[in-house]
Amino acid sequence: MSVSRRGFIGGAIGAALGAGAADAGTVKQFPGHPGRYGLLHDTTLCVGCRSCEAACARVNELPLPPGPLDDAEVFAARRRTTDTALTVVNRYVEAPVDGPPVYRKLQCMHCNEPCCATVCPVHAFEKTPEGPVLYDPEVCMGCRYCIMACPYNALAYEYDKVLTPRVMRCTMCYPRIKDGLVPGCAEACPMGAITFGEREQLIAVARERIRKFPDRYVDHIYGEHEFGGTSWLVLSGTPFEELDLLPGVTHEPLPAIGTSYLGVVPLVITIYPGLLLGMYAFSKRQQAVAKEEQERAVGAALAQAGEDAQKKLATAAERAAKDKERAVEAAVKKALAEHQQGGGS
Amino acid sequence: MSDAAVGAAAQGAGARSILTPFNLVTGLILAGGAVILGLRFTQGLAATTNLTHTYPWGLWIGFDVMSGVALAAGGFVTSSAVYLFGMKEYKPIVRPALLTGFLGYFLVVLGLLADLGRPWRLPYPFIKQAGPTSPLFEVALCVALYLTVLFIESTPAAFEWLGWKKLRKLVGSLTIGLTVLGLILSTMHQSTLGAMYMVTPTKLHALWYSSHIPVHFFVSAVAAGIAMVIVEGMFSHRAFHHQVQISTEHFERINFGLAKAGAVALAVYFAVKVVGLAIEDEWALLATGWGAWFLVELLGFVLLPGLMFAVAYRERRLGLARAAAVITALGIMLNRFNITFVAFNWNLPPAERYLPSWMEIWVTVAFITFAVVAFRWIASRMPIMYEHPEWRGQH
Repeated sequence: MSVSRRGFIGGAIGAALGAGAADAGTVKQFPGHPGRYGLLHDTTLCVGCRSCEAACARVNELPLPPGPLDDAEVFAARRRTTDTALTVVNRYVEAPVDGPPVYRKLQCMHCNEPCCATVCPVHAFEKTPEGPVLYDPEVCMGCRYCIMACPYNALAYEYDKVLTPRVMRCTMCYPRIKDGLVPGCAEACPMGAITFGEREQLIAVARERIRKFPDRYVDHIYGEHEFGGTSWLVLSGTPFEELDLLPGVTHEPLPAIGTSYLGVVPLVITIYPGLLLGMYAFSKRQQAVAKEEQERAVGAALAQAGEDAQKKLATAAERAAKDKERAVEAAVKKALAEHQQGGGS
Repeated sequence: MSDAAVGAAAQGAGARSILTPFNLVTGLILAGGAVILGLRFTQGLAATTNLTHTYPWGLWIGFDVMSGVALAAGGFVTSSAVYLFGMKEYKPIVRPALLTGFLGYFLVVLGLLADLGRPWRLPYPFIKQAGPTSPLFEVALCVALYLTVLFIESTPAAFEWLGWKKLRKLVGSLTIGLTVLGLILSTMHQSTLGAMYMVTPTKLHALWYSSHIPVHFFVSAVAAGIAMVIVEGMFSHRAFHHQVQISTEHFERINFGLAKAGAVALAVYFAVKVVGLAIEDEWALLATGWGAWFLVELLGFVLLPGLMFAVAYRERRLGLARAAAVITALGIMLNRFNITFVAFNWNLPPAERYLPSWMEIWVTVAFITFAVVAFRWIASRMPIMYEHPEWRGQH
């Protein structure tokens, strides 16, 4: 959590620089913190005793699983982790002809590149150098995007808490690891189905088991590469899809797929103002030109109209002058005639 | 909050009796919503919602946030058309569209506050600790800024009403800048709301999941915004008939222009969706049950209203344009519901699927009612539906 208390600007700049570093990933690769821990769940050894569930509840001070642990009824339904059960064991294959039922333990997988951490708007999640992904309830707003984003459905929320609801998930027993202890579930497992250790070594152990017992295992370590890899690794004797683990998913980290679009954002911010103001200028200019053309047309029309009017005026004046002349002539003629008549009588 | 809304509803009736049927119904809805919200904040989300660990987002995100933001897109669409692209004949609808947009985004924030586990920490991304790698961080930042932009863009009506000329003039001079900012912020958060689902390729059904989903969200939001301007006009033009200054002919011309724009937007949206099917080669999925449901959305709520808009524009049929607008708006909601919870976790057994509780639905209806009451209250007082005589023809 050392870099988690950055201010907004610092955070944004840091992220920008971080993005730059990620872009340079074409030449550089960060393979993860060396020596980080992981856990290997060998489902071929798991007998569904649920000791891990009880141990997990004890370590995390949560209510113990209800009912006796050997109650086979629980396996009737497929369960998932909840806010009070951070790990659950499911029976996936009832009774295959050639062997015992198959169980798998569910919990947070502690991804190498955790999607929950990438999508959190307050950066409440952090991948520690030791391997566990940690969650800080002190900054969490409860948007639950992390729960939405988790491809393993491993996160749960305290919906019944009014003031202090938290996201609940396996912490990989981070405090115990820090104290040099083994995570609760691994310590409690009576079958040795859960092995704790450095992730690189666990992968070697898993490879060795597959090599030694090729008939016992599917030749695949689930979690080695899926979505960029996880701290929890799973070995199985039956196809992984039967254990509700999607086979053949991409090796690309989910955050890289999911947030690539954010690269467009700076482009929008930088291109739009110029583009939009350019369009505004175009439309304004178009209007100005239209206005000018209109004015010119109106002016021409007015001028034309003025000329016409003047012509009309001139003809009218001419006609008026002629009329006047004629009237004067007529009046003169009339006066002369009257005069002659008067003189004659 | 809801008490104030009831008060506003009562005041909205003015000098007439408070006990009008409108006020009684809205009062009942708002009071019920207030009671449920009271329950939510004293008993928790578990007591009021059907949210589960598998479905952390339900109706309040699927409708209030995802649909609300898209349906409130009319503000940026019309203001850009009028102020940036010079389509001045649409000026009479800018103010109602901006007000609808502002109230829509206000509703988004209300919905978010109801949904967040610790809503009082809403500003934490900005004041406590930033998570800038998150699409939601970008959405939060954009929505916060755009709500502010919409608020400022809506203030001229209030300033004219109050007679505060200096402030009115100042805000008027900001118009172009605010419009550009609004378009930038809208492009970003409308698309990023879709981008939020890019991290869920294993959970969201392949027909809805797409690497182009940000584009789907943005284009559909433009269509939704245009449709909502028509729908809003359908109600407000009648309700505020005495205020409207433009001729019926002008109003209809605006609607036909919007219908044409709606046809184009839906055609683009349809094309983008079909291209998405082609790029990701999902044709075979159309033959499944989910494919049938996808086709209902794509053909019934995108292609059909698009064609209706085109015919309405060609034949000058206002009723048809309005029907198309309603179908478009419903189609966007359907799309956001499909993405948020119908086609999300599609492979889970039916018993684990999410359906909203009646209390979630009631709260959502109460928020919409609140927005309608607020619109009515503001539009019956301020120059929203008409131009203030002193400020005619100005930004």
